[in-house]
Amino acid sequence: MNDWYLPVVDSESEPFWRAAREGRFLIMCCRPCDRPFFYPRRYCPRCWSDDTEWQQVSGRGVVHTYSIVHQNPAPPFSDWVPYAVVLVDLDEGVRVMANWDRAAPLDGLAVGAQVEVIFEPVTDEISLPRFRPVSPRP
Amino acid sequence: MSQRRAVAIAGVAESDFGSVPDKTVLELHAQAAVRALADAGIDRDEIDGLCSAAGADPLHVLQLAEYLGIQPAYLDSTMVGGSSWETYVEHAVLAIEAGRCSTALLVYGSTARSDVARRYRSADAALAPRGPNQYEVPFGPTLISKYAMVARRHMHQYGTTSEQLAAIAVAMRKNASRNANAVMRDPITVADVLASRMIADPLHLLDCCLRTDGGGAVVLTSAKRARSLRKPPVWVIGMGGAASHLSMAQMEDMTVSPAVRSGAAAFADAGITPRDVDVLQVYDAFTIMVLLTLEALGFCAPGEGGPFVEDGTLAYDGALPANTDGGGLSSNHPGMRGLFLLIEAARQLRGESNAQVPDARIAVCNATGGFMSHCSTIVLAAD
Repeated sequence: MNDWYLPVVDSESEPFWRAAREGRFLIMCCRPCDRPFFYPRRYCPRCWSDDTEWQQVSGRGVVHTYSIVHQNPAPPFSDWVPYAVVLVDLDEGVRVMANWDRAAPLDGLAVGAQVEVIFEPVTDEISLPRFRPVSPRP
Repeated sequence: MSQRRAVAIAGVAESDFGSVPDKTVLELHAQAAVRALADAGIDRDEIDGLCSAAGADPLHVLQLAEYLGIQPAYLDSTMVGGSSWETYVEHAVLAIEAGRCSTALLVYGSTARSDVARRYRSADAALAPRGPNQYEVPFGPTLISKYAMVARRHMHQYGTTSEQLAAIAVAMRKNASRNANAVMRDPITVADVLASRMIADPLHLLDCCLRTDGGGAVVLTSAKRARSLRKPPVWVIGMGGAASHLSMAQMEDMTVSPAVRSGAAAFADAGITPRDVDVLQVYDAFTIMVLLTLEALGFCAPGEGGPFVEDGTLAYDGALPANTDGGGLSSNHPGMRGLFLLIEAARQLRGESNAQVPDARIAVCNATGGFMSHCSTIVLAAD
């Protein structure tokens, strides 16, 4: 299968992708700064402390911006156009990139839209985050 | 007004550009170098500095020196994308001022257009999903979609419209109409831009630069040598650089170009303000890149780039003539275009442009590399 685009998991990222397989979104937090950051890395990008830890977040946030891609010659994306790339500000204070859930209508996508994450299993190893409109609360 | 006049641009040239399937990448470098040295009236034996980067090969600058048959003491292959060449100017000026180099050749060549036709490369080469890229590449963010996300945010925050972005492309095409070498010269309208197909919403085909073959070269030398040459020196009077991010999620404010810092540094270095600028050369890979740069350099307030570019402001006969050769949107764009900004700016300050701005004395070049990732600003002055 054409998996060139799938993450090459390394020692810094393994916990993130393991959690993603379990449907959990992890970010990192710097203990001295008491502030979250993303993407995950060993050293805090603000203070270079290695006193950092994983933190599970809600997966809820707000669309900061997005683009609907109409042209991408590289499979599998060539089969998915038009698809949306979104940058989401998670409620916990970090910005992440992902796709808009292809099962959700594109016309629900807007800057400021309230969204939640789901994880789509792509291989046995990798599940990728997708965002969709927040489902109505029970 | 200006302080720094120790180094000048002495020669500039483009190689053949547009569609050049019969020349190799290094041949385009050499053709541009020969032409720029001829323009300067400098012999190749005087070149003791070589500055160049190519897309993929990390040892490119050594291969290029070998191909050209020179063994320069001073080399620079800093790679920050399209702004690499403005960065080379900053570094080479410091090296020449310090006496570590006397005459530097900045040179570029690319067969980006023909390589796609030959299927040597994809039209939209993707990054590998390793390291930090593993948090973005799996979602298929094309280069254009990254800039489209910037445009979308600017629209949301400030009410900027697709019509306003289109006005930038229209002005570049008007400028290109004066340049016999420009690849796209037929006039276009805002409606034409909006009717062109969507590539990455909200950016249309005509919001995007061309993909061409081509190369260019710039010769920098000391004040003393520059004054002895047949063409008037074009003085480097201000320089500034600024890094921002590489992952889109790491761009602190998606409406602010790093030119806000590189420009402030370069303008302070030169002792000028935006009001002093007669002609602007701004990297225009996408219309939104121009708009953010105008705001960042202080030609208009943050958020006011949209209204600012309406009504032909950037055309050669407008209030702020920009990319008077037609820019990457209409003249040429062989992958990393920073060098071409310097070439057209030097021509303006020598009075040699096809779309000459009357009595142009101060030119600013602002190049952007990566994905709004890095900016380098160079201020040039006529002799």
